Amino acid sequence: MSTKRARRIGWNAVGIAVFVVSVFPVFWMISTAFKSDDEINALNPTWIPLHPTLQHFRDALNKPYFWTDVKNSLIVVAVVVAIAMALAFLAAVALSKYRFTGRKLFIVLVIGVQMLPGAGLIIPLYVVLARFHEVNTLTGVILVYLTGALPFSVWTLRGFILGIPKELEEAAMVDGSTRFGAFARILLPLVAPGLVATSVFAFITSWNEYIFARVLLNDGSKQTITVWLSYFLGTSRETDWGALMAASTLTAIPVVVFFLLIQRRIAFGLTAGAVKA
Amino acid sequence: MASAAETAPKWSGRRSTVRRVGRDAVPYALVAPVVAVMGAILGYPVYRLVRISLERYGLTELIEHHGVYIGLHNFGSVLHDPVFWQTLLRTVVFAVANVALTMVIGTLLALLLLRISTWVRLLVTSGLVLVWSMPPVVAVQVWNWMTNVQNGVLNYILTELHVGNFFQHNWYTTTFSQLSMVTTLIVWGALPFVVITVYAALSQVPRELVEAAEIDGARSWRVFKDVTMPVITPVLLILTSLSILWDFGVFTQPYLLIGQPHITTGNYLMGIYLFEQGYVSANFGRGAAISILMLLIVAAMSVVYVRRMIRIGEVT
Repeated sequence: MSTKRARRIGWNAVGIAVFVVSVFPVFWMISTAFKSDDEINALNPTWIPLHPTLQHFRDALNKPYFWTDVKNSLIVVAVVVAIAMALAFLAAVALSKYRFTGRKLFIVLVIGVQMLPGAGLIIPLYVVLARFHEVNTLTGVILVYLTGALPFSVWTLRGFILGIPKELEEAAMVDGSTRFGAFARILLPLVAPGLVATSVFAFITSWNEYIFARVLLNDGSKQTITVWLSYFLGTSRETDWGALMAASTLTAIPVVVFFLLIQRRIAFGLTAGAVKA
Repeated sequence: MASAAETAPKWSGRRSTVRRVGRDAVPYALVAPVVAVMGAILGYPVYRLVRISLERYGLTELIEHHGVYIGLHNFGSVLHDPVFWQTLLRTVVFAVANVALTMVIGTLLALLLLRISTWVRLLVTSGLVLVWSMPPVVAVQVWNWMTNVQNGVLNYILTELHVGNFFQHNWYTTTFSQLSMVTTLIVWGALPFVVITVYAALSQVPRELVEAAEIDGARSWRVFKDVTMPVITPVLLILTSLSILWDFGVFTQPYLLIGQPHITTGNYLMGIYLFEQGYVSANFGRGAAISILMLLIVAAMSVVYVRRMIRIGEVT
């Protein structure tokens, strides 16, 4: 018994070490954001800021285009999520409730498209969007993000719809509901948590996206927050690390909040359908 | 996941032919919007991709919306470019190293989660979710800060731990150390997904089976190999193929961590090679040829994964 306990204590120690190492970068980001410049630039690091300051957050917020680019990101994400959920839900119903010729082809399309590396598509999408004068517009970026969000959402929602016990639908049908009635009263409320989880995933991937936004948006006032953040390092040798970490913290907050909200569904959602990293 | 195969007929209980035609059209109507959007914003560009790859297509042609047909010249020039082959080799080695590290460490950590007390497990998993939620661009900036030459905290910690003298050590002087830093960043970011998914798979392993094997005197390695592995192998396969695809096409982390001014032909990865030679130098024809080669390589690699997912889609 005592060796078993000793072993458990040993494993727990390893677990705590893993926690410390893996969380350290996040801790370091937040801790730096609140430090004074003296503490940041010192050779010996200060682990926890002794006199926390909000100065870096003020500096970051006052940088050109911060609010504009946050607004751009929000617009892009909101439109992408709304369109993707509406269209993907219909297709997911078709996939999970009907058998039809071409179903397999559609599945191949949905899975295959998710496998395409984003980098491989920058050239054609750039050229085509340039053709239709949609370079340097949010519309272009929204269209591109839809190609990523749609297949993933179809696949994930399909998993959620399949998870609904079919007896419930049948009960509604027996009660004399029309198919649409059964859909609206039974299926929709039950699949709502799935819709929420999937839209949060779509939100996160769109918010985090970098390469397409970098390629398609070259005007400071048109960019998304990730592109804004990527230019922060600048060309000067002196980096304002405090403001950079404050800006990084601000960029990460929406994602962290949403991630915590759907934490329980993460493992299921991701194995049911694959998300692009 | 429940099966919907039996559900389908319940949704279509009536017999008349007119209704039948109408009913048969329903799934197509449901799928149509997604197909239309995907066709317009992906199908057409992919068609253009093939055409542009056979054309001379630079800035002039971009403005005129018209390329000059030059046959397979772009492909010939890419395939005769030693940089392409070096980049391909480097990317394959890089991806294999990243995937191997991610999968091995990820599986070990998932096994660790089984052995620790509940409160430690909660601590570790919430830490992992926090790491998972870091946007890649944010993670890159944090890495930049932690590994900067002047007073990066990594150098301080390594020196304090007596690993060696890392005072103002520059982590970005050689291609190897640059890519090693990119690897730590990518593995750190990829681990949460792998650990949590493998852990979920591990909880499917029947407890009694493991205990029975242990009572029979089987060593822990044998228990793992003969009892645990068969259950989690499908999940490991999916995770491995996904990781290969992601790490092969990775762009954001290497591009931003190494930093645009320090990107050279000597440290290209596939995604960066394509970006620099196609987009930055505005040689879209050549870029299209590289894209097609890259897409073909990825398609070949993803066959296993796609097949498996299709089977999942068919069963249900």
